[in-house]
This record gives sequence, structure tokens and C-alpha cells, in this order.
Amino acid sequence: MILTELSVDAADLERRTGWAIKPEGACKAEVCVPLPPHTDLGRSEVDVGVLAERLTMPLVHDEEAGLWAMGPESGITGRSLTTARLPEIALPDLDGNELSLSSLRGQKVLLVAWASW
Amino acid sequence: MWQEVRHELHPKGLEIVTVALDTGGPDAARPWIEAARPEHPSLLDPAHVLDELLGVVNVPNGAWIDEDGVLVRPVEPAFPGRSPATDIFAKVDIDSLPPEMAEMLAEARKIKADPAAYRAALVDWVERGADSPWALGPDEVVGRSSPRGMDEARAAAEFELGQHLHRQGRSDAAIPHFKEAHRLQPDNWTYRREAWNLVSPGNQGPNGVYDSCWIEDIKAIGAENYYPALRQ
Repeated sequence: MILTELSVDAADLERRTGWAIKPEGACKAEVCVPLPPHTDLGRSEVDVGVLAERLTMPLVHDEEAGLWAMGPESGITGRSLTTARLPEIALPDLDGNELSLSSLRGQKVLLVAWASW
Repeated sequence: MWQEVRHELHPKGLEIVTVALDTGGPDAARPWIEAARPEHPSLLDPAHVLDELLGVVNVPNGAWIDEDGVLVRPVEPAFPGRSPATDIFAKVDIDSLPPEMAEMLAEARKIKADPAAYRAALVDWVERGADSPWALGPDEVVGRSSPRGMDEARAAAEFELGQHLHRQGRSDAAIPHFKEAHRLQPDNWTYRREAWNLVSPGNQGPNGVYDSCWIEDIKAIGAENYYPALRQ
């Protein structure tokens, strides 16, 4: 997740990473990691430093560009999935129309990643 | 070719969603999508979000999601019953190619994949659901997803920074981040192939920017190890 400062809007965080800020902590489906009380900076802003440390997310800084990138969680399961429940994923088609995969509930889905290269 | 699978299995309750992992966005993916004319959702992921959220490290990769939105197989090599690349590779007269192309084709022909077995497994799951031996429980799904320690997570962050800078038109500034992503997660073909393509579109050979290229890297691991084998 690209950041210009070390705080993040909770809704943006959930949309990009699948981690939701709840009273019990940061949660992805059934997995919740407690957060210290000062993590919530108010106005739905979350302290990225604390979040990164608790969720074992790396923070990479490009000083010249004035940007940080927060990577995915790494130490909870040691795998790329923290839970088998699919996070909300919404992606556009060629015309820019976004489809949320959750809109396909009730059907089995084969999700295929490919590339032109 | 996924269209053929969709025709067969959509009446039985399967939807197929294809996602193009192309930093180039619609311009890169459009010719392929328009040629395939899919009836199923065909989406774009220019930020490689699926790499991060699901652990995609190569293409084509597929994940199975049940009716409740739960993964029953994590991402793994996925083929629509036959492999278009393999079909094409088999027909080419290798002696008619320039040496570098011939070398690439010779390696490509060694890649092991079992598209028919993948399709049969998919059909079994669609027809039998959770009773299919191919449908895995949640712990198994998580456990079989690609490994991610701090190096792999940092590689994802570096790759995202590289993509972000590239899209801003700062391609030179992006390259060190791509190189660092490659160093941190050397078995992520997606990161390497995308970066090679950005400096030399349509060419996965030596590029003068990165130390790596497809032919050298696949020879180093052995082409037979390019895709992990399908297992129940």
C-alpha cells in the first residue's frame, strides 16, 4: 500500500489489504490482532508504524520520492494467506466498470490470473 | 480457452473470472481480451493486488472459491484443459528459428504441466463440491499458499513502489525497487517477468537493465520446476 505519510485511513486500509480496524484490533476475517489504544489517531486515521509492527508488515521508504510502501503481513501464518476467507477484491474491467468478487457469492468461482507478458 | 471451460461448467454453477496482471493496465491487456471475447468477467489488476492478497508468483495461476467466498484451493498453476502455449510450441520447427529463439523454445518444451488433470479436478469440484477430494479445508488452503516471511513481504512493498513510480513516468527510479524485489523473492516470476517487460516490451530475453532474463533463470532452476505439480 503506497503512503505519503505514516498514517492511513481505516477504510483505505481495509480496501487495499483486507485488514479492518475494529474494537478488538486489526481483523482479517476470523483473525484479529490486538492493537494498543493509541493506534487509532482519530478521524478514522490509523498509526502505520504501530500497525506495521503488530501485523509484521514491512515499511519501505523512498526518500527521494517521498513515499512509503507498506507490504503485506508476514509473520502471522508465515504464508501469503492469513485466512482462507477471500478478502474483498474489487477490480475494473476494460471499460472501467468495477466488479466485487463478493457479488458472485452463491456460485463457485475459478479466479484465474494471467498476463500479457 | 477458458471460454470453453465456462460453457461447460457455468450451467453447473461455476463462474470464471480472469484477471490480467499487467502494470500497463487496459492498453496491455486489451488486445488479448478483445481477441478472446470472454462472456465471463475479465478484469484488470495493474497494481498486482492479487500477488499480495493471494500469493500469486507466476501465471497462469488459479484459485478456487466456494459459494460462501471461502478459498478451497489457493493459487496454483491453472490451465483450461490444454495449454495454448504448449500447443503452439509443439508445432514450431525449432530448426527454423534464430539460435536465441530456439534455445527459449527448447526450454519451454521442457516445462511440465498437466492441463487435462487440472480440468478434470475442476470438473470434479464443480460437480461434487466439498465432497471432492480436490476441495481443501481452510487450514490446508492457508498452509499450501506461497510462503511469506519478511523478505517476501518486503519484496511486495518494493515491487509496489517500483510500479507506482513507473506509472508516474519515473521508470529509472522504479528499477532499483524492482531489482530489490527480485533479490528478496527470487522465485517470484511475476515480479521478474513484469519488470523485464516494462524495459523491453514483448521480450523476456536479456535486456541490459536487469541481470536476469527468462532463459537464464529457467535454466538455473530447471524448466521442469517452473510450475509446481498439481497435487490433491
